[in-house]
Amino acid sequence: MDFDEGNDYNERCTQCAAVSWKITDEGTYYCTSCLNVTERRKEVESVADFTPNTKIQAINRGLKKKRKLEKGWEWYVCEGFQYILHQQAEALLSLGVCPKLKDEVLHNFWKRYLQKSKQAYCRKPIYSNNNKSAVSDSQMSLSGLDSEPELLSIYSCHLSESEVESRSDISSKLIFPNIKTTQSETTSVCSGSIDGVEYLKQKEKGILKMTLPMTLAFCYMSLLWQRETITLSDLLRFVEDGHIPYINTYQNFPEEMKVYGRDIRIFSIESWPVYEDIYEKIIELGKFLDLPRFPDITENCFLHPNMLCMKYLMEANLPDEMHNLTCQVVKLTGIGEVDFLTFDPITEKTRMVKYDVQAVAVIVVVLKLLFLLNDNVEWSLSSLAQENNENNHEGKPCFDFRKWYQIMKKIIDEKQQQREEFKAKYLWKSEKPLYYSSADRSVVYKRRRMVMNLQKQFSTLVDSAPNSEKKNPTSFQLKWTKEEQNTTCFHGHSLQEILQKKGKSLTTLNSQYWLSTQKFCKSYCKHVTTYEESNFSMSYQFVLNLFSFLLRIKASLLHEEVSLIEKRLFYKKYETKSKASKSKKSKKILKR
Amino acid sequence: MCGGYNYSSSFGVDMDSFSEELMRPVEEDDQVEASVGSGPEIYLPWLSQHVQSTVSRGCKGTNFAQTTSICLNFIREALLKHQWQRASEFLQCYLQTLEDFNSQKRQVAPENIWKLGSEILYHHPKSNIETFSAFADRMKNIGVQNYLKISLQHALYLLHKGMVEDAYRNLNQAESWRYGEMSASQEKLIKLIQAYRGLLDYYTWSKKRTELSRFDTDGFATNAATQDMHSYFRQASVNLHEIIKIPGIWDPFVKSYVEMLEFYGDQDGARQVLNDYAYDNNFPSNPNAHIYLYKFLKKEKTPEDKLINVLKILHQIVPSHKIMLEFHTLLRKSEKKEHQKLGLEVIFAVLDFSGCTENITAWSYLAKYLKQIVKEKHIDWVQEAWSSRKDWWPTFHFSYYLAKKNWKENKILAVKKAFTSGILLGKGCKYFMYVCKQGRKVQEKSIKTMKRFVMKHNTLNSEEL
Repeated sequence: MDFDEGNDYNERCTQCAAVSWKITDEGTYYCTSCLNVTERRKEVESVADFTPNTKIQAINRGLKKKRKLEKGWEWYVCEGFQYILHQQAEALLSLGVCPKLKDEVLHNFWKRYLQKSKQAYCRKPIYSNNNKSAVSDSQMSLSGLDSEPELLSIYSCHLSESEVESRSDISSKLIFPNIKTTQSETTSVCSGSIDGVEYLKQKEKGILKMTLPMTLAFCYMSLLWQRETITLSDLLRFVEDGHIPYINTYQNFPEEMKVYGRDIRIFSIESWPVYEDIYEKIIELGKFLDLPRFPDITENCFLHPNMLCMKYLMEANLPDEMHNLTCQVVKLTGIGEVDFLTFDPITEKTRMVKYDVQAVAVIVVVLKLLFLLNDNVEWSLSSLAQENNENNHEGKPCFDFRKWYQIMKKIIDEKQQQREEFKAKYLWKSEKPLYYSSADRSVVYKRRRMVMNLQKQFSTLVDSAPNSEKKNPTSFQLKWTKEEQNTTCFHGHSLQEILQKKGKSLTTLNSQYWLSTQKFCKSYCKHVTTYEESNFSMSYQFVLNLFSFLLRIKASLLHEEVSLIEKRLFYKKYETKSKASKSKKSKKILKR
Repeated sequence: MCGGYNYSSSFGVDMDSFSEELMRPVEEDDQVEASVGSGPEIYLPWLSQHVQSTVSRGCKGTNFAQTTSICLNFIREALLKHQWQRASEFLQCYLQTLEDFNSQKRQVAPENIWKLGSEILYHHPKSNIETFSAFADRMKNIGVQNYLKISLQHALYLLHKGMVEDAYRNLNQAESWRYGEMSASQEKLIKLIQAYRGLLDYYTWSKKRTELSRFDTDGFATNAATQDMHSYFRQASVNLHEIIKIPGIWDPFVKSYVEMLEFYGDQDGARQVLNDYAYDNNFPSNPNAHIYLYKFLKKEKTPEDKLINVLKILHQIVPSHKIMLEFHTLLRKSEKKEHQKLGLEVIFAVLDFSGCTENITAWSYLAKYLKQIVKEKHIDWVQEAWSSRKDWWPTFHFSYYLAKKNWKENKILAVKKAFTSGILLGKGCKYFMYVCKQGRKVQEKSIKTMKRFVMKHNTLNSEEL
């Protein structure tokens, strides 16, 4: 057979829409990606070239039979997830994360997951329930995978980098039972994977099922283990901006890993990950994997509130001097302690600190301490600062809250508009359309073609230059430099005017404080407290919205975190249940 | 498919679409091989009972749904602001609704996209007839439900661009299109398409008629042309006749049909058509139907009684129509008391509407008629008509402000109104007094006579006040 002869036939394959044709010995075209054979013959120039070969004809017939069942490789759902995790890990590495993350940390977490969920690395994988003889014990011991990885094997286990990469390697490591062929044939009718249908039916207690959001839990846990400089909100932002594969990851599966039918429910998702959702999943996963205490988060770590506060102060264009105050708050509340910060999945009350949200909440508390944010004090303090700045042109200018508000409001409104447009223009559907059954297949592909044609038509009507260049991943969404026109960088501004000297210490000029929450919810509902926008001052709402926009979380989540910090800061107020709604005099003495 | 779905309700939407996906017959795509539909793949009744989603979607609406709804808002906004480029930018992304997993949403998507897209292409500076037609042809073939509707709108677009022949061809094509068994909605649309084709035939007919009238009436050439014209008449009349049988508002179709019938001397046929159009109770109420009938009958010199009967109905539907003034004169001339009384009510009713407040003819009719009625001692008619209006007409028509304004702008109107107000409200009325005062300055004779008349016939007011 001459393999270069299929090039002159350019139509799309009716089965898989690929254009990759080769010629069979019968002279008809067949698709190299799905082995679909067409009726169409290559026009043979001379009869002499055409030599029928009965043997190959027989093979062709065999292939034809196969294609009816829509078969690619035999693959399992967990392999699909493994592939996705692999892609995600690669993406993280390209963001500059330490390479150990993939081969040591994430890989081990994943192995541990497979073992705990009894899918591999154990004596009785769940799939063998039907057919116990399928996996012989000798086979298991031969592969040397039956021994439970020790608790700390994460450090000790070194695997070669290429291991996760090729699919053939995967199958050699993971021992899957041989499900009876008859069964696999019927299931493959409505899913591309072998166990897709069963996977959805499974409801075994105590087993954490793999889902797409769960892959992000894996990623974040690995990042946390490595103490990388990526917070959960950063991770989710990268996902949304397309730097980490998450939506339509299945389209990068090898051609032979067919995704359809029930697989759609497993591998296709039409929503971005939600912070709280992933957060919950991380805790669940940590517990399920029975992981040891994570490496300590100390003051030198990026995730320590002091560090994060610095980062967010910069991002929110607030004066550097505020860092002093945030550090005080962190110290007073004890949220900078190693034990508090380090994730320990096996302790009784498992919780993980929402590092980013917490840091931002500290900044909000400091803003409240300085400016009260009751729609009154902050403006009169601003007038003071403004007056001062007008009279005094030397030295550091005073921080003017009003000016800051005006600048931030403008930029956040712009960014919000941009984000809305980004959301509106987001294309969810992949090039590789999904279908539920092979009967649907051609309809779905036809529809896809239609959409592509229409898109092409309208693209000629759009402004010539498509300005949707992919943004580079960055940890700072807002950047403030002194050179930029029309904006002011407040980093170097001072807080002198709003701090008073009292002996050797400084107190805030504003001596009042109000608590964001009077009562904490103690029932089993998950929220700590409720956030009713209209109950709060405009400037407090603005500050919450600003930061929750940066972290892409709901304002109520930040409000809760602010309340929790306040609870720690003014615990006496809460203990004595002081009736005063405005807890007066939160005299914070600041040592300098 | 099977009796009870017992999956949790939160997945309801998704599941519906899924089972729908499974059960949907392959007919939607005409390219599907017949053999595919019969495989064992399709029938999986047990699925619905065991399905459970591991992915948390479909509960509160996905971000996909959010995207499309934000996108739609942006498109709407851009359309409102006539930002065609921006609108097409967003529409490009909105196209993904065609691939929505939710079958309900997916089914309405083509129509939405057609509406938005055709609007954009209609106005977009870079768009032309070719792009519009290419778009229309693509949209026609997505699903089957929109084929006819889009074909018709496509034809109307072509008509708008003056491409009558192309439009005609398009309609012809749509007419011959068949899909499966004809559903009721399809049947109606086909009729409509045929009717539009008939209208185009009428258009050609009418063109030929004017051409013909320019030539001499005899000769072989004219004879052939007449034949040709007649064939258009036949084509048109078949289709037009069909559509006007269906209840609906078919003004242009009826008009052109009647015009052709009249031309060929089929007065009875024309009358029948108009009668049916106006009086069939299945049809929605349509003032034009009565107006056409009235004009036709008037042209035929039908007895006034009949004309009055036609207009009576119109009076009930649109009491402010300008034909009502004609109706009023008809009634006034009538010898029946009943008609005369109605004449007063009709003219009063015309002036109830703000669009007619400065209609000088209406006011002079009213003034003149009031004078006549008062002379004929039918004060009770006036009282009856006035009783429902006495609460609001004084401020609506006879305020001091209006007196000043009317006097300034149109003295004749002011005098007519003043006279009416004098009769209805008495000499103390502000409007009347103002006009009288102004009239004294100019020494107008008509005002003096008016004043005298009002002073003399004050009976109405004395009873009322």
